[in-house]
Amino acid sequence: MAKTFTEELKKLQNNFISMGVDVNEEIYQATKLFLSSNHPDKNIVSKQDKNVNQKEVNLEEQALNLIALQQPVANDFREIICILKASSDLERIGDHAASIANEAVHLKAVIQDPDVERIITQMSLKVRTMLESFLNSYYHNDSYESKVIAQEDILVDKYFVQARKLIMQEAEEHDLAIDALYNYLRVIRLLERIGDHIVNLTEWVLYRNSGELVELNPGKIEPDLVRRDLEKNGNNGLIENKDSK
Amino acid sequence: MQKYDLSKSYVKEVTSNIALETDKLSVFYGKKQATYDISLKIPKNSITALIGASGSGKSTYLRSLNRMNESGNTNVEGKIIYEDININSPKINVYEVRKHIGMVFQEPNPFAKSIRGNITFALKNHGIKDKKVLDERVVSSLKQAAIWDEVKDHLDDSAMSLSGGQKQRLCIARSIAMQPDILLLDEPTSALDPVSTGKIEATLRELKEKYTIIIVTHNIQQASRVSDYTAFMHSGHLLEYNDTNTIFNNPAMQITNDYISGHFG
Repeated sequence: MAKTFTEELKKLQNNFISMGVDVNEEIYQATKLFLSSNHPDKNIVSKQDKNVNQKEVNLEEQALNLIALQQPVANDFREIICILKASSDLERIGDHAASIANEAVHLKAVIQDPDVERIITQMSLKVRTMLESFLNSYYHNDSYESKVIAQEDILVDKYFVQARKLIMQEAEEHDLAIDALYNYLRVIRLLERIGDHIVNLTEWVLYRNSGELVELNPGKIEPDLVRRDLEKNGNNGLIENKDSK
Repeated sequence: MQKYDLSKSYVKEVTSNIALETDKLSVFYGKKQATYDISLKIPKNSITALIGASGSGKSTYLRSLNRMNESGNTNVEGKIIYEDININSPKINVYEVRKHIGMVFQEPNPFAKSIRGNITFALKNHGIKDKKVLDERVVSSLKQAAIWDEVKDHLDDSAMSLSGGQKQRLCIARSIAMQPDILLLDEPTSALDPVSTGKIEATLRELKEKYTIIIVTHNIQQASRVSDYTAFMHSGHLLEYNDTNTIFNNPAMQITNDYISGHFG
């Protein structure tokens, strides 16, 4: 029994990682679609998202079969629960990416704000690096790395706050651009949510190792953190981004 | 098989009321040592499961608790503390011990008597003659063992006509009739089908309101379903003792994890 189980579990883990890679690509394509005016395939993300959704369904089915037939406990059980729970977070990230792509399709190019778009690029890059690192930490079952990744979500939150501020300023100046600005707002919000879901993913790696359910989201542990940091450092974060470009 | 360090163990300190405690209990079959210094505190009104592979010493340990390991060249060292008395002493009357600590075996083994006779046999031997008392005990013990409804109309039929699961519940009733404090069960459902097993498990959960139950089982799922505490034994060593929830979610020892996951044993 143990051998069959180990083999099946390996397959499950590989499928999970493959799903993660797909979701990462989805985020990349979605932001690219949103930021470039002439993307060759406007439906690419929705196709990818269908694929990801199907993968999640398959993964769940596999996991449920393993639970029903092999009745795992302790480590083995946590391993499966980790995948079950993390796969729904991954699937949500995919949904958010699809929503970003959807904003792109409906985007009215009344106004373009290069500062906001620069932040969107940064956010997208950040969450994708976080997701990649997560997959790496999952593969190596590295709780320490997971904790480090979760900490990085604070950067995503900061980008979000900064971008929102810029968008609101813009909105005050250009009444007519509200629709387009609303698009921006939606996209940064979705990227911020993606960051939160990645933190959830890292929490499942910890659960898998220790059996403990912990909150790793820095913004949830300390709701005031982002505001305080930004007040202290002014708008430095954004200016640094400009410099580094 | 992977090598494990048997000198390391994790034993949770139980602070609630203790029904039975062993202190460095070692059992020897001749020169062969079957269990090594097992120190364990069994909490009152709870179900404690002893799990472990064949030959891990769990049955040996269980049988020591009501002094059944005393034939021939078997030697039991260490203390078994029940109500502040070390009952592992030649001065202690074993029949008195067994009145307080009852045992149910793997194979249902009712006497070839009537159902009623099975219950009253030991009571009569202990000098209870009053028919009213005997009848009361028959009813109450059969009810507690959750078999009353099935047998109440033919108490004078032979116990041999019962099904396996019913026989086993009758054996539990027979043990309860002596009004023990502690009930020891040695794989009580391994010869039974899932439905009878389910009934026995439900019975045990009700019985723990009144008694302290220690159960040896090979069925990991059974241990996780019925017990409050689980002790994992291997090669005569107690390697982990914790509440069942923790053992099955997040055991402290790698060897426990591997055993309950079916990686060996």
